[in-house]
Amino acid sequence: MMDRTAHRLLSLTLPVQRLFVRIGVLPFLLVVALIVFTSLSRRFLTAENIITVARQATYLTIVAMGQMLALLTGGFDLSVGKIVAITSVIAALTMAPLAVAHPDATAITLTLGILAGIAAGTTVGVVNGIGVAVFNVSPFMMTLGTATITFGVALTLTSGVPVYGIPDAFGTIFNFERIFDIPSPVYVTAGLFVVMYVLLNRTRMGRYFYAVGGNIKASRLSGISTRFYLFMAYVLCGALASISGVLLTARLETGEANIGASLPLDSIAACVIGGVSLRGGTGRLGNVVLGAIFIGLIQNGMDLAQIQSYLQEVVIGILLILAVVADQLRQFIMLRLKE
Amino acid sequence: MAAETLAPGEESAGAGVTAPAPVLQADAVSKEFPGVLALDRVDFDLQPGEVHVLFGENGAGKSTLIQILAGVYRPSDGSIRFRGQRVVLQGVHHARMLGISAVFQEFSLVPTLTVEENLFLGAELTRRGFIDKSELHRRADGILRQLGFPLRPQQPVHELTRAEQQMVEIAKAFCTDLSVLILDEPTASLTDREAERLFAMVEQAKSRGVGIVYVTHRMSEIRRIGDRITVLRDGRRIATLAVAEADDERLLQLMTGRVISQVFPKIAYRPGRLLLDISNLTVTDHSVRSFSLTVRAGEVVGLAGLVGCGKSEVGRACFGLERIAAGRIVFDGEDVTGRTVREILDRGAFYLPPDRREEGLIMMRSVRENISLPWLAARAFSRFGLLDRRGERARVRDLVRRLNLRPPNIEADLERFSGGNQQKVLLAKGLISAVKLFILDEPTVGVDVGTRVAIYEFVRELCQDGAGILLISSDLPEILHLTNRTYVMYRGELRAELEGAQITQDRVLSNFFERRQAA
Repeated sequence: MMDRTAHRLLSLTLPVQRLFVRIGVLPFLLVVALIVFTSLSRRFLTAENIITVARQATYLTIVAMGQMLALLTGGFDLSVGKIVAITSVIAALTMAPLAVAHPDATAITLTLGILAGIAAGTTVGVVNGIGVAVFNVSPFMMTLGTATITFGVALTLTSGVPVYGIPDAFGTIFNFERIFDIPSPVYVTAGLFVVMYVLLNRTRMGRYFYAVGGNIKASRLSGISTRFYLFMAYVLCGALASISGVLLTARLETGEANIGASLPLDSIAACVIGGVSLRGGTGRLGNVVLGAIFIGLIQNGMDLAQIQSYLQEVVIGILLILAVVADQLRQFIMLRLKE
Repeated sequence: MAAETLAPGEESAGAGVTAPAPVLQADAVSKEFPGVLALDRVDFDLQPGEVHVLFGENGAGKSTLIQILAGVYRPSDGSIRFRGQRVVLQGVHHARMLGISAVFQEFSLVPTLTVEENLFLGAELTRRGFIDKSELHRRADGILRQLGFPLRPQQPVHELTRAEQQMVEIAKAFCTDLSVLILDEPTASLTDREAERLFAMVEQAKSRGVGIVYVTHRMSEIRRIGDRITVLRDGRRIATLAVAEADDERLLQLMTGRVISQVFPKIAYRPGRLLLDISNLTVTDHSVRSFSLTVRAGEVVGLAGLVGCGKSEVGRACFGLERIAAGRIVFDGEDVTGRTVREILDRGAFYLPPDRREEGLIMMRSVRENISLPWLAARAFSRFGLLDRRGERARVRDLVRRLNLRPPNIEADLERFSGGNQQKVLLAKGLISAVKLFILDEPTVGVDVGTRVAIYEFVRELCQDGAGILLISSDLPEILHLTNRTYVMYRGELRAELEGAQITQDRVLSNFFERRQAA
């Protein structure tokens, strides 16, 4: 079946195949999405809407950058959604009483709240890292397990109801604030992108993430402490997810245990659509960000086209599977072209 | 199933000699893959009750030929005759029904199923639509007993050793009426004891009149079980000769198309200071027992023995890859017993693993990243905590030029290179930094002769520049022609230490096996 489809696609002209192999499926998808949504809604290609898309995509973009690290090392992290949730809950639970006790010390309240939230989220990453790197638990079971635990903790702490009482300044700074008309979360995302870009492309640690995922034995023989870098991948993934959790809390202005449920799938989808291999070892940060923006674009476009949100889930799922199929096809064509 | 394709062909008229009719014959078989002619008009014949060895380098066409004989591929040109009749093999199953069975290196067993379930997989015996378990069990037991394999039919396959799994594959071949058995490098991952058992099985199959096509690139095995040898090179049949007329030099010449002196460089022997001193080494899993060895600067020291004799583990132990139970490893005057790979690399020793895909290289990454990977911490590659990519590129490019990598593109993924060029990249990982000791574990496995020559030339250069080289190899000519001193291992222990003129084929070989040196 796969073969027959592949053969039919192979009858495409050679230049298209080459292009496909080089750049992957994402640019094709982006072009199609732009054309479809522009024709469906006149509001789609307006400056205001583009800014909306950028803002909406930030949360997923940050999580996807973390997810990418786990994928690069040949694993994945299913707990990113719950990390976002626990960050939100802990940050809110820290800020709310402080805001009551010291109404004038807002800066300190915000700082402590953010730090507590990120510490909580990163702790989950540390636990994931220990499980995967030290105890060799499969990333699937490990992160699924911690996701359940974390969710349980978040629900227990909040009894399942939103945590109110976050200082208004939090939402003002990390959500509404605009500099040159661009919302503040976009700047945070851009800053993290730069840090991650340097990390992945200009540091030893970044190179080692690729190496460990590409061939863990060869990495060990090259003197790399593979356990440490596996561990770090999950820690950084947790840290990034919790930063996303902080921003999302600012947007919601409450601490919520029930947020982030779709993030594991969406972040993996963003990476895979962006060309990160599920087998580990390959993927570019820029394409992952494009993948996340693409998903944001689809959601936004569907909102504008008034497609109901339940149906949107169906579309995202289909896109993910298509991306994986396209990746297989790409491997197949690559082999063919090599011959 | 597709038995009607067994069309009668013309009788072989020209067979004037009284030789018995071949059971399987390939006439001017060619196979073309897109862009490559893998086989070029190859003739091959197999008599019943003989072991016909297919010999040649990787890429010579051995695999393609056996895959055609086993029904995996269809020839682009030429024909196959089975018991004198022309056949067009429709697939592996069809070939198997005719009695032609192949055991490839990749086993086709389901690990979670039992031995007997695997034996009859796809041909289950049923009664009224249900699997007839007792009949299955009875037959499986019968086949195993007949072959003398010490296997329990109800044991799950994943509990078996590799050799035992191979027995299951072979037993599977015997489930049908077997007349041709094709074995593809069957000893590749067997221990010597397991290999002995395999040889006994081959003898037994022979005596039942089964013709055996045996693919190997190990010369020692040819003499052990072969009757005739066909040498392939670049997809062509170079020669077919009786084992008795083939010595190693002749075979190597036929295989490579070169005279020995063109393949192996002369290495001047100027031993310097002691670099590596292993004393009484015992590895935790006992694959190496109280083993001692020394390597001096400017010396090529051989470590020979059958696969599984522990020679690879000695190299790995020096590189911090084995748990050491007892003994000491001193490198350049410093005790490095139990040190990590990183620490040993930093002190200037490098281990080249035997399987480049498995643990040598990262196939989906570029040449540049692969070569610099062990040395990124070094000052040459880092500036202010960040990678110095320009410096890295310059160094790698320089090295790639020296190694004559084809194509010389350092940013291309390794997947895009041929096996020989991948091996050059693997070697380059050790050349980019100041390394004093090279532990080369099967450095020329699966490379073409051109690369082989290039690698030997590098060994010579390194050695003359004062590096010490421990050459761990199953390739006898390599040991004979390159080393100044050679240790031979047998079952984890030192069997012999040979020096200079003592390193002869007979003396090395006689220490490979159980039997004592022939008088």
